[in-house]
Order: sequence, then structure tokens, then C-alpha cells
Amino acid sequence: MSEIKGDEILLRVEKIKKHFMPHLTLAQSLAAGGKKRVVKAVDGISFDIKRGEIFGLIGESGSGKTTMGKLVMKLITPTEGRMFFEGEDVTFLEKMASKTYRTKVQMIFQDPYASMNPRFKIRDVLTEPLIIHKIKGSRDERDAMIAKALIEVKMTPPAEYMARYPHMLSGGQRQRVATARTLILNPKMLVADEPVSMIDLSTRAEILHMMKEVQRDMNLTYLYITHDLSTARYFTDRIAVMYLGRIVEMGKADDIIDNPLHPYTRALIDAVPEPQTGKVDIVKELPISGEIPSPANIPVGCRFHTRCPYAKPECSSLPEPELEDVGGGHLHACRRYKEI
Amino acid sequence: MDSILKVENLKMFYHTSKGAVRAIDDISFELKAGETLGLVGESGCGKTSMGTSILRMPTAPGRYESGRIYIDGQDVIPMPEKDVRKSIRWEKIAMVFQGAMNCLTPVYTIGRQMLETLHEHREMDDKQAVELISEYLQLVGLPSEVMGRYPHELSGGMKQRVVIATALFLKPKIVILDEPTTALDVIVQAQIINLLKKLKSTFDLSFIFITHDLALEAEVADRLCVMYAGKIAEIGPNSSIYGARGALHPYTEKLLQATPLLHKKVDNLSFIPGTPPDLIDPPKGCRFNPRCHKVMDKCRTDEPPLIEIEAGHQVACWRCTK
Repeated sequence: MSEIKGDEILLRVEKIKKHFMPHLTLAQSLAAGGKKRVVKAVDGISFDIKRGEIFGLIGESGSGKTTMGKLVMKLITPTEGRMFFEGEDVTFLEKMASKTYRTKVQMIFQDPYASMNPRFKIRDVLTEPLIIHKIKGSRDERDAMIAKALIEVKMTPPAEYMARYPHMLSGGQRQRVATARTLILNPKMLVADEPVSMIDLSTRAEILHMMKEVQRDMNLTYLYITHDLSTARYFTDRIAVMYLGRIVEMGKADDIIDNPLHPYTRALIDAVPEPQTGKVDIVKELPISGEIPSPANIPVGCRFHTRCPYAKPECSSLPEPELEDVGGGHLHACRRYKEI
Repeated sequence: MDSILKVENLKMFYHTSKGAVRAIDDISFELKAGETLGLVGESGCGKTSMGTSILRMPTAPGRYESGRIYIDGQDVIPMPEKDVRKSIRWEKIAMVFQGAMNCLTPVYTIGRQMLETLHEHREMDDKQAVELISEYLQLVGLPSEVMGRYPHELSGGMKQRVVIATALFLKPKIVILDEPTTALDVIVQAQIINLLKKLKSTFDLSFIFITHDLALEAEVADRLCVMYAGKIAEIGPNSSIYGARGALHPYTEKLLQATPLLHKKVDNLSFIPGTPPDLIDPPKGCRFNPRCHKVMDKCRTDEPPLIEIEAGHQVACWRCTK
């Protein structure tokens, strides 16, 4: 794949933040002493995605990975920071401009059972983007475009599938249709938020394989959002591990998994089950306990120190560590990585 | 070891307007006391139907056609519903349903919901009940103040712990766990698995662990039962299926190959083309034959019996009978 991968940066995200201010009742705001409660879902994130690359965003629920995906899709506007797409500043766009932006950046949703209108035939599901983006054409021309997109995702013969309803398709087939629906606009980048988490294991590999083929054929760029490290290793080129709205480690997929530097990444890797015998009677030792803190109340200092097995007083007293490059594009945000 | 649950030639069909869906079609297996039996297969292979059937509550329009289910030596199929409620369901056998953590009532506190179960089955005053609830909450690693909280105030992992605690209240011997960690993150999943292992030894429980994740099953199941299209394809000990012997049925083999490995970089994962068959009219011969990569002529006409290949390892595949 490296031959099609230039160094051209397709998407650049710079110190982006998204803070939500939940609505409080009068009683709640009085109790809080007039202070506003701020949920810092994304709290200063920077990364580049190169053209033709598959970039994985990994994290637990509550780490802000879906909010980050929504920011990239421009479904929400950032509180701070900048975003560049093909060198153009797209941080704040007018309504029409963001519509044009979305023909270039499309999204595949998590739940293939909920992302399609059950009363639409597959033809209608795929015509919808053409109508929304006012792509002119006769019925025959549109049908030809739809057929092309369906062939692209290996749904053949396309005419047969076009006449079906979503409930007549399996989860895997629906996710193919969802991919075809994005491809019909000839996008440059796809945001895939847990595209296979609701699909059976046996078909999961098939969908990822199909997405990889489409990516190669059309020189697409993916932002793959997931909590599943094992599919990320198979599917992505680079990975960024998120914790509470920040990236704690970023680098090539193989480097991150074979040589994790941040204690959080290590914990994630240790927790993944592997299909090997001899582990039934063992209670797995988990390096970290508890659950992810609320993004409304982020710990001071390194935000991971409350759960970190290696935390020292300095981790909470000193300011938060920034991402540091250890070479080969492998970045981490742990000041004690050498000792642990 | 004694068997605590024995299923014999069980058939349970869903009677729909289009015909009978053969969800459980002649299945026999045993669960030994203190054992964890893993039940795996794709969606639509009858895993959950198996769970509800054992609990003697097949979802309508499901009906038992034939067969027996012995729980602690007692055949539960002919028993009247009243007796099942009184002495079997939740008393001897409990189930944590798929997505159960999302089925907690949002308008009641956790304590009140847990109290309901106790009031239904045990005569005790509120003070005793509250004590018992707080004891069980602590057992699953939650502080007792969780009793006063509402489900939306808890995380997914905490809700799952509440559901597990509720299932264990009446001291059942068998617990059926249907995808108990599917919606959870890896770290929380590992915490829940550890908790289940701990509870299992504390209470001398036997588990039936239903999931489609073969990697997870390797960490919990003593024996693995692979279901395909309402039948058992393979049943064998963890040490054979995940060990040197390997899986024998092509279906298990393919499922294992489709499992992504974290510590091994592969360029192409294999997958099983197609989907599980329509169980109103299942394929002739071996039900897996249209999707099998090792199919022979015989597979298309004759159904393979479940035969023992080595001690405790049974397979239903014509290739293994030679």
C-alpha cells in the first residue's frame, strides 16, 4: 500500500477542543455556587492524517473518540482549535460550505440496523445522498451510479439488491450498503465509527476486508474509531490512543501494540483476550482498576494518574505531560515511561 | 464429577405463520457441577434459544417438541409452571440476559428493583432484605450506597454488576450468561470476567457462557460447545480446541481463523462466506455444507452424526468419521 501513500496531509487537526455545558436547573446551579459544569469531551487534540492512510482512534467509552469523529464530520463545531482539510481551514464553515465538505468526508455508522430507513428500498437508501447533494441525473443515470457503488462493495448483481428492503439483508450486507451509500458521492475520506462492533465475528473480517479493498481501489483515507485493539491492528496503519479527551500515545499500529510506552496502552493490551488454552483457571491480573473518570471532572496533572499503577506524586503535581516523540513517529505522553 | 444439568434430544421450534423454525434441533449435552460450558456460534444459530429453553421459558411462539431437560436430576419440561417458578427458575438456575443491564427500570432505584426479586421469592422483612442486598452488592464489588441510585447514574460495567448480583440472590447452582460483556470495553470486560471467576468459586456455581467471541471463550470455558443452525457442530475441552489438537469441525476452524489476533500481524483474515441458513427449511445433509470449504458429496445428502473422536471431544462432520 505504501506506493499509493504520499506524504500529503489530507486532514490536520490542531489542538482541538470540544467542551459541552450541560443545562442546569436553578437548584443545581445554586448548589454548584454559580460555577458552570463543563464536560470536556475533547480536550486539546492534534493529529495529521495522510492521504491514503487508515488512522485508528482507540479508546474506552467516555474517552471522547466519538465526539472527535463528529468534529471531523463537522456535525458539531469545536470550542477551540483549528481543522484543515486539503490545506484549507475548515474549522468554521457556513451551512452550504459544510454541505460541500460532507461530500468529501462521509461517515459509516455503528449500527447498520438503525442507520437505514426500513421503508426505503436499497435503491432509495442510495438515492438519498444524490438528492441531498443535488446531483443531477435521470433515473437511469442515477441507477447506474447506484449499481456502480454496489459493485464496488461486492453486492452483485446490483439490480437484485436495489429492489430489496434493509430487513432482507444481513448485518454484514447492510454495512456494505452503508459503505456504498458513502461511496456514491466519491468522497476522499470516510469516518467509520465502530463499523463492525455489531456484526458477527465471522462476517467482521469480511467487512474489514471489503473496506480495505475499497480503500485501495479508490485511494480513500479512513478515520477508524473503535475500542477493539485487535481489529485496529489488522485494519489500521497508525493508531492514536485516547484517554479522557486527550491522545496519550500515537504511532504506527505495530509499534503501539508490540512496544507500548504509555501505561494506559499497556493496560488496554493486557485486557484483550486471546484464543489460547490454559487460561481458564487464572484470574487475570489487571494493571489498572476502576473505571474512566467523568470528563466533567478531569484529574489535575496527568489525567491518568488516578488509575495508573506507576503514579508518583509528581504525576499529579506537575502540569500535564505533552506528547513526546521517541523516534519513528511514535509519540507518548508519560513522563515516567523509561522507568516503567 | 456429577452432571448438574442434562439435556437429552431436545427439540424446540418456533411456530411461525411461515412454518416451524427449527431453532433447537435434537441437541444433547451435559453440564458438570462446577464447570463452565461455553456456547458459541454466529447470530441465529440458536445460542440464546438454548438458554431460554433450559430456563423453561422459550420465547413465544417457541414450543418444546420433544426431549428432556434434567436440572439436578429433575425433568423440568413436564413440570407445571407454578412449580418451576417455586423451585427451579432463579432458585436453581438463573440467567443474565443479553443486554440485561439496559433493562433496569429507569424510574426505580437499584435497591428497589433488587428488592422486588427478593419479595417475590423470599419472605423477609425490609431490614433483612436491605442487609442481604448490600452484602451482594459488596460481593460484586459495588458500594452499598448504589442501592439508592438510579440506573442512569451508573456506568455500563456497574449496571452489569448489579444484574449479576440480582441473578445470584437466590443462590442458584447454574447461571446462564448470555453475552454478558459484549457491550463493554476491554478493561471493564476483563474486570467482569475476573469477578465471574471469583463468584464461581465462592458459590460453587456452574456457568453456561454464551458469546460469539472465541477469544473470550478461551479464557472462561472449560468445555466449548459450538452450535450451528440449531445443532451441535462440535463439543470439546478447551485444551483440545485451543490447544495443539485444534478444532476439528471446519466451522469451528473458520470461526477461529476469523478471530483477529492482537499479537500477530496478518494481512488477510479469513471469513465464512454467506450467512447461517433459514431454519424453516434448513439445507439437506450437513447444515453447514453450503458454506463449508471442505465439502464432499456425502455432506450434501446425509446428515453427519455427532461422534466421539477422543475422550470428551465430539464432532458432527463426515470428514472426521474416517
